[in-house]
Amino acid sequence: MGHSEEYKKLEGKIFTKSFFILLSVVLLGFYFVGVRYVKGIGAVSNMSDGYPWGIWITYDVATGTAIACGGYAVAILVYIRNRMQYHPMIRSAILTSMFGYGLAGFSVMVDLGRPWNAYNFFIPSKWQANSAMFEVALCVMAYSTVLILEFLPAILTSIEKSKWDRMNAIRNWLHPKIAPDKKTMEDKLEMVRLGAAWLNPRLNKVLIFFIVLGITLPTMHQSSLGSLLLIASTKLHPLWHTGFLPLLFLLNCVFIGYSIAILESIISSYSFKRPFEIEELSGLAGLIPFVTVIWLTVVIGDLAHRNQISAALKGDFYSGWFMTEFLLVACGSLILFVKKARKSARWLFISASMIVLGGALYRFNVYLIGFNPGQGWKYFPSFAEVMITVGIVALEILGYKVFVALFPVLPNMDLHGAHKKKGHAKKHKGSEADKTLPAGEAHAH
Amino acid sequence: MKKTSRRDFLKLAGATGAGLLACGAGNALANEGLQVNNDELGMLYDATKCVGCKACMSACKRVNSDYGSLSYEKAKFDEDGLWDAPSDLSGSTRTLIKLFKESEKRWSYVKYSCMHCQKPSCVSVCPVSAMTKEKVSGIVDYNKNTCIGCRYCQIACPYNIPKFQWEKAVPQIVKCDLCKATNLREKGITACAETCPAGAIKFGKRKDLLEEAHQRLKDAPDKYVAHVYGEHEGGGTNHLYLASMPFNKLGLPEIKPEAPAEFSEKIQHTIYKGFIAPVALYSTLCFIAVKNMKKHQGHDDDHQKGGK
Repeated sequence: MGHSEEYKKLEGKIFTKSFFILLSVVLLGFYFVGVRYVKGIGAVSNMSDGYPWGIWITYDVATGTAIACGGYAVAILVYIRNRMQYHPMIRSAILTSMFGYGLAGFSVMVDLGRPWNAYNFFIPSKWQANSAMFEVALCVMAYSTVLILEFLPAILTSIEKSKWDRMNAIRNWLHPKIAPDKKTMEDKLEMVRLGAAWLNPRLNKVLIFFIVLGITLPTMHQSSLGSLLLIASTKLHPLWHTGFLPLLFLLNCVFIGYSIAILESIISSYSFKRPFEIEELSGLAGLIPFVTVIWLTVVIGDLAHRNQISAALKGDFYSGWFMTEFLLVACGSLILFVKKARKSARWLFISASMIVLGGALYRFNVYLIGFNPGQGWKYFPSFAEVMITVGIVALEILGYKVFVALFPVLPNMDLHGAHKKKGHAKKHKGSEADKTLPAGEAHAH
Repeated sequence: MKKTSRRDFLKLAGATGAGLLACGAGNALANEGLQVNNDELGMLYDATKCVGCKACMSACKRVNSDYGSLSYEKAKFDEDGLWDAPSDLSGSTRTLIKLFKESEKRWSYVKYSCMHCQKPSCVSVCPVSAMTKEKVSGIVDYNKNTCIGCRYCQIACPYNIPKFQWEKAVPQIVKCDLCKATNLREKGITACAETCPAGAIKFGKRKDLLEEAHQRLKDAPDKYVAHVYGEHEGGGTNHLYLASMPFNKLGLPEIKPEAPAEFSEKIQHTIYKGFIAPVALYSTLCFIAVKNMKKHQGHDDDHQKGGK
């Protein structure tokens, strides 16, 4: 694909203050994970026989993987809709997807009561194709592998170019007695480097087939995440229980994916003090309303078809949550119809946040809020349960921060600037107050 | 550029959408239809005969405690641990008698346990076949050696029957299996039906139980609500109920005659029938992506030539 100069490592230290704050949150979360394995799930969570799925499934898996759909959404845009100008965004999107899915998988292992039996997913005689969860599990495992493969070029490039400064530093730091011989170590590292140099171009040749697999698999499992709740016809509130759940979940993950790609870019530009990628972002933002409009139409059409419009407007607990979810997505999309708003980092941030929140709330509504197993059952997550989830999210951010410093992930802005008029890019790099870049021409591609 | 992208996008969204819409509508194409097997084993519980002695509960624990790893639940007031006092089905209780009291004169006992559905939701959703329905006996059985503990069966069961051992580091799902490995194997009858001193629990084949139930309704129409609960609920269950009070008051949910699993499987099967749709999707996407890549590479070469 020959795009390696498109990306750049982030310069700067890894071990910053925020690194250690995040690390302590992660450690607290993992302490509770430890408790869970020793004393049982009941000891750390408020889940019950009425609410057997708590926020671990609702947030980490059902919502977290949607939020991790940035890689999926950007890949559709770049490779299927042939918008190569978005290519520079794809690595960071894939990196977040990789962490999102990987840690969703991790939290499933925390949530499963008998994780040591999970190998049954690989035994054909145990397969149960009627189960939406079977489909989700296999797809998510496959997709996580694909994501790692998609990210591998970044790691390989980095190894190829590495001078092994850190390795040497560690060697020098070790006591001479246990430190490996300098010559042997250098030879071995050279082998690794050559291996990476050998593998990289070969992987690049077949990478497109993995990328397409990485588009097919989320299409399958994101719709199946909706199918999971089809069976709960007596428990899920009629506002959300519909045969369209698979379609709604699929559309939902696409617009969340694009919005999160915008948010992620704005936040990382802001916190790493890089210029905003306004042009790419406003192009992305222009797409979102088309997906949300389809989603909103299906939602309303389906409610009308099932005579549930009155339930939506009733003003009770359920209709309140429904309206919140609906209005967040609708209003967020309305903002994006305004061309001026699409060119402003602030408005992009606001509208994308609203759409992500609304879209995520939809998933919460389906999995938890609209789920009523009968009288007497109540669920609100416990402190430990929340801390495990927060710890996992912190680990995602931490991993992202470390990876962008170690590997070429973020768009190479120098190169970007060269594509544009040089003066502009330089001038705006310095000025932090000006959050909006001028609307330039579309890329040369 | 704007216009083309819009059109392309709608095309893509339309194609994906149309495919799924067809399944979402849940048309009757893929309906295999549910065959009710009345030769399966089951139980008939007659709430009007039950005296609430709870002998069935203790018989269940006595017989199954080792096999099902059931423990006795201590009552909160009972420091010495003398009383087994469960307030609901749980990871240590597979069957339970509850008292519903509407007024001083109107009350009814009710027995909870697995309903052994004709088309069980738990079996339909279990991703690793830990929940199974035996072909001949119709017993809905659970295998802890296969179970991964995902608790999807709990989400799926409309009766809230499968329970999970939340307090154990090595937990399992707990539900009635008609004493399959214990009393049924040894004596040919479930422990609760064998023990019941009032004749409130009758064990047998579904067709005999249904016949008996309708006979009782005919003989004493004033005594009963004119409905055999479980005959049609959720596609039919092998555990049947007679009572003198509306069943929803006794905590038995109102469920349509269509099994929930029929609905969900219909949609899932339409999407994944023969794995055609995913393969078609993958090949179409590959075609588009490779074409795009080639186009793009051509572009790049032009650029470089122009630059030099």
